[in-house]
Amino acid sequence: MVNANMRSSSAFVRWRKGLNWRGAVAVASFILLWQLLVRFKVPGFETIPTLSDVFSTFWTKYMLSAKYWKAWAVSFERVGYGFVISQVLGIPIGLLLGTRQMFHDVMFSVIEILRPIPPLAWVPISILFWPTNEMSIVFITFIGAFFIIVINVHDGVRSIKKEHLWLARSLGASPWRIFQRIIIPSVIPSIAVGMTLGIAVTWNVVIAAEMIASDTGLGRLTWEGYVSNTPAVVILGMISIGLAGYLSTKLVDYAEKKMMPWRKA
Amino acid sequence: MRMLRNRKFWMMCAGNLGLFALWYGSVKWIPLESFRRMPDPVRVMTEWFNPNPVFGISIFVKTYYFHILYSSYRALVSFFLAVSLGVPLGILMGWNKKVREFASALLGLLQPVPPLAWVPLAILILPGEAAVIFVCFLVAFFATALNTYVGVKSIDPDYFRAAACLGASRKDVLFDVIIPGALPNIFTGLQIAMGAAWFSLAAGEMIAAQYGLGFLIMESYNLVQVPTIVIGMATLGLLGYFSSMFIRYVGGKLMRWREEAMGVKG
Amino acid sequence: MALFDKIEVTPRDAATSAAIDGALSIRRVSKVYDPDGAGVVAVQDCSVEIAPGEFVAIVGPSGCGKSTLLNVLAGFDTLTAGEILLDGNPLASVSRPPQPGPDRVVVFQHGALFPWKTVLENIMYGPLRQKTMTNAAAEEKALDLLRRCGGLDTVASSYPAQLSSGMQRRVEIIRALMNEPKVLLLDEPFRAMDSVSKATMHRHLLEMYSLCRKTIVFITHDLEEAIYLADTVIVMTTRPGTVKKVLKISLPRPRLPQMMSSHEYLEIKRQVAEGVHEEAKKAFERGEREHA
Repeated sequence: MVNANMRSSSAFVRWRKGLNWRGAVAVASFILLWQLLVRFKVPGFETIPTLSDVFSTFWTKYMLSAKYWKAWAVSFERVGYGFVISQVLGIPIGLLLGTRQMFHDVMFSVIEILRPIPPLAWVPISILFWPTNEMSIVFITFIGAFFIIVINVHDGVRSIKKEHLWLARSLGASPWRIFQRIIIPSVIPSIAVGMTLGIAVTWNVVIAAEMIASDTGLGRLTWEGYVSNTPAVVILGMISIGLAGYLSTKLVDYAEKKMMPWRKA
Repeated sequence: MRMLRNRKFWMMCAGNLGLFALWYGSVKWIPLESFRRMPDPVRVMTEWFNPNPVFGISIFVKTYYFHILYSSYRALVSFFLAVSLGVPLGILMGWNKKVREFASALLGLLQPVPPLAWVPLAILILPGEAAVIFVCFLVAFFATALNTYVGVKSIDPDYFRAAACLGASRKDVLFDVIIPGALPNIFTGLQIAMGAAWFSLAAGEMIAAQYGLGFLIMESYNLVQVPTIVIGMATLGLLGYFSSMFIRYVGGKLMRWREEAMGVKG
Repeated sequence: MALFDKIEVTPRDAATSAAIDGALSIRRVSKVYDPDGAGVVAVQDCSVEIAPGEFVAIVGPSGCGKSTLLNVLAGFDTLTAGEILLDGNPLASVSRPPQPGPDRVVVFQHGALFPWKTVLENIMYGPLRQKTMTNAAAEEKALDLLRRCGGLDTVASSYPAQLSSGMQRRVEIIRALMNEPKVLLLDEPFRAMDSVSKATMHRHLLEMYSLCRKTIVFITHDLEEAIYLADTVIVMTTRPGTVKKVLKISLPRPRLPQMMSSHEYLEIKRQVAEGVHEEAKKAFERGEREHA
């Protein structure tokens, strides 16, 4: 009924409607406001550079600096290790918590007690304990994501419909088979949620841990900007970290899509 | 005394004792350097409850409560600020398309930046105390606004339609449908916000404060007062746990209709 | 059981068609979704005349636009052509978008009692918000209605989630009636219920109808339910939805369950089923989906 011409023009209309014009205006106003606040030396903003200052600093000093990109690599490495280890340890523990009643009864309160301790509060103990600085940072990163994934997986197992398990058993499936074919696929969405939350926390933790206890990495870079009183570097650091975090989230999203191909967009 | 006969209770005790024992055992008996440097649980406990603590911090010392007060004050202030700004924004975003488009772009831009990355910038612009509160506020604010928004969006449209049929004004819809409908999600958001506030607080204090539990931890580390480090950690954990529990309690009271329903359904 | 006798009893006068509340006139109504884009024609050129106090059931296959029509009637959605009049007054047209209001209250498919308010608070909601009754008067009337409807006043301070679905629906109908609407719109209200509960609800609904004779527009999938309850059954075509058949149900009132095995009933059912199945086949072949 809708002919080709109409379809293509309506596609254009839909694209135009789909763009978030108001959002673009909001972002533009934000940047403009920033520029103005600095240019007119509004109190508190005297030391702040404008976005253009930040860009020029980046362009001239950091873009080609090996140290800068090394900081990216180092931070990413820490995030990578910490995140992966937390998933590798956390998912099985979460599964055990959900499936083995005895394990749950013993371990749950222990986890509930350790969980509220902010990951960064572990920094000194971690430094004292682990032989290398690198390992202590990875440990902190691990702690952040670990509890999140354990809780999410545990919730995921708990919310599996009993009926599915009964059905499988009545059809003669062995416990291992039930685990493999029902429990694992059912928890995948919870794992996905845990991973998404975990990666955000991991970045948060890495940055702070670097500020406190390391001399490399993007967090350190940002801190050095503060210490050396170069706000442009501070902001540059923040933008870099934001980008890095955004990239990691996209990676995790991609992994999730692979894990759950049945999910509609 | 039913509790004593409850198997689960004993399991729980077993777990916690096990943790203690593992901790103690590993510190006392594992001959690795790493473990040697750890404080053992007995040491920590005796210090914590010592009227005359070796390193100056125990439940009998005023300074301890001083630190607790500072940390709690910062956490609460940032939390309340976040809630009083985040909840209304979340509601507006859920209710009004224009607001949502404005806000979501800005929030989306700022969100990927980990809140703690704001610390150096915050302490450049704002004086010390305000900087820490600002960073905690940011984290809690995002969590609250997002969850409130989700809460409003997830309200079944039929409730809005029913209210319209029954003659509700826009103000009525806000108080009769939107707020109660979003309340469960709002409280989930509040719990997350509280946890996030403590999390950021610890970091903020460790980096940039003069008092507070985070500061205490760092200071103890620098002065090699190891048991005190653990005291600081444990206190933070306890405060975080109890504040979340309190929020859950308040939520339960405000959302009595859910409690009743749950009870009946079993 | 004398239910609802305090509700405004507008006597049904078959002989004269004097101006009594609740005459709905739907004239050549069309509804197109997303006119610049996909252009989905949900309802096209639909015309129905409903007399005051008439009980009309609308049936049809999935996706035939019955719910769309109800949404437009209720004021939740605009129309793209035609007009609707209520008692001769314009209710909705292209230039005059309809507003939802207490003159035509809806009872929803999945139930829309506010879960965070008690039964009593739910029922009193309409008059209180419209400021047509004082708190005390509203409470009195509400409790009275609840009592008459099978002793529901015992659950007045319960929350909806604590009630069975049958009780919830009844409460929702009472909530609607508290506002003394001209038209009662029911969107497949008993769809999710088991047959025993449904039968009970039919009895309650018919009793209520016999006493207050409001105009009722009842959307349903269930042909037997439609014929059993209504004065008129309208069969809609599959998308784009328009009126295919209008059948007057000649069964006497009060309707009794035994009537469902009468000759008359079965003949009507055959005619309705024929029409619906024809359309259902078309819809199936086109892969129509129900828009929840």
